[in-house]
Amino acid sequence: MQAAAARAGNAGAGQRAIHAWLLLLPALTLLVAFTHWPAVATLIDSFYSTPRGSRPGVWVGLENYEVMWDDPVFWHAVRNNLWFAGATIPLSIGLALVMALWVNERLAGRTLVRMAYFTPTVLPMIAVANIWLFFYTPQYGLLEQITGSLGLPSHNWLGDPSTALAAVTLVAVWKEAGFFMIFYLAALQTLNPSLKEAAAIEGASRWYFFRRVQWPLLMPTTLFVLVNAVINAFRLVDHIFILTRGGPDNATTLLLYHLYEVGFKFWDTGYAAAITVVLVAVLASVALVQFFVLDKRVHYR
Amino acid sequence: MKNNTLYGATWLDTLGAWLLALLWVLPLAYAFWTAFHPPEYATRLALDAPWTLDNFRRAWEAAPFARYFLNTAVLVALILAAQLVLSTMAAYAFARYRFPGSNIAFALVLVQLMITPDLLLVENYKTMGHLGLVDTLTAIGLPYFASAFAIFLLRQTFMGIPKELDEAARVEGASALQILWRVYVPLARPVYTAFALVSVSFHWNNFLWPLIITNSVESRPLTVGLQVFSSVEQGVEWSLITAATLMSVAPLLIGFILFQRQFVQSFMRAGIK
Repeated sequence: MQAAAARAGNAGAGQRAIHAWLLLLPALTLLVAFTHWPAVATLIDSFYSTPRGSRPGVWVGLENYEVMWDDPVFWHAVRNNLWFAGATIPLSIGLALVMALWVNERLAGRTLVRMAYFTPTVLPMIAVANIWLFFYTPQYGLLEQITGSLGLPSHNWLGDPSTALAAVTLVAVWKEAGFFMIFYLAALQTLNPSLKEAAAIEGASRWYFFRRVQWPLLMPTTLFVLVNAVINAFRLVDHIFILTRGGPDNATTLLLYHLYEVGFKFWDTGYAAAITVVLVAVLASVALVQFFVLDKRVHYR
Repeated sequence: MKNNTLYGATWLDTLGAWLLALLWVLPLAYAFWTAFHPPEYATRLALDAPWTLDNFRRAWEAAPFARYFLNTAVLVALILAAQLVLSTMAAYAFARYRFPGSNIAFALVLVQLMITPDLLLVENYKTMGHLGLVDTLTAIGLPYFASAFAIFLLRQTFMGIPKELDEAARVEGASALQILWRVYVPLARPVYTAFALVSVSFHWNNFLWPLIITNSVESRPLTVGLQVFSSVEQGVEWSLITAATLMSVAPLLIGFILFQRQFVQSFMRAGIK
């Protein structure tokens, strides 16, 4: 009797497992086809030469990586990307925090201010880059008109290698800060208001309250935003297409943009695979750091 | 009195917040100015400048915008529909079934949060080539149909739904799919709305992958069309470009202004795990 019930249970469990896998099948198939398989195939491809015409790619070992090592544009892209990340991450997160603290208060016209901060997030980067392009235009662009009225000399912001990267970085910060603000705002609104009252009664200064109470409690949010910001720093290239196309003299070439050029302008798929491996490795290590290091340091409520 | 000003906004905060807000809308405000005025006023602010819609007419004629709009709308709808159906099924399996391999399967899903299809451009392009889908709307959407983010979000939501509801429905003889459709989906409606807003705005804005996989007007979405349009080197016409830019962002912008609160809340909800 009991054995029969157990057998029936097992049959039920087996049937339920089949059901579960059937439910998962469509999504998993697509995930494997467009994420896992291409990731593995990219790694394999990075050891093969680029097929030319009817000639298939041949095993070349680490040759693509050697090409990469000797490619000055690749190193340009690495340096630029590190610079871009080093500037966008702290700037956009810092601004986001300030914005969130502001619009969390009872501020005159709070809804409008919040909307103003968030608007860039909703709009396509490619579209707003068109507008920024005009800002940076030499002679009659908006920035020129402002600096001109102050009596400063004319400057080609996007055309000068020393300012081009900073100019595209600024656009990225403008685009991202409002997005990160939303997460800080959400977190601030879940904080217990009595904390604030207690701190005020104790006579703690606002800065003290922020540093000792709000900031530590916002840590999980900061981690979440930080991971997003790091990922975005390696993924955000849309505005490069409109603003600079990687120029002048590769001053604004980022890794993903370089990958695009190698893969789809020069059709060097072997080398492109090697660059993709580097990019994926960077993002995978961000994930690992998140899972194993930062997660343990942050106290979740 | 003291309670009211509890670290509240001082006039300095208000001023700072407003200045930053002005700075943030400046690009858009400028685009509005230029798009609605004759080209000769594109670079100078004169209060007596006449208003005109001519730039929009010319921009509309200069590129097949109607086609781009249609493509983008179909694309966004296609992706969202596929994402909702596929991730609902997967999330339900993860939330309510115990089966061997579920942890591995879930780990496989989570990988996509870090390594998204747009990084694997070259390989995915090859796949589309093999499938004969290059330069189609399906090719733009297909890599995004299974969204790890949606699966994760819905799984969390489904796990929060009391099991008793599930069991009660089962006792009454409802099948798994019926339960999913009648119990889980309605209860998760706010999460669906949140995800829909995030998904629509993401895919409306997506650029790199559509740029690569399309090469004809028939399949190009707005973002790619806009780029092709504005890179025509025939003397930069700012009024034309800003008009075109505003046209392509208008649906999103209007939607955002109308549903501002929902937008912000949905992004908030999507961000909190």
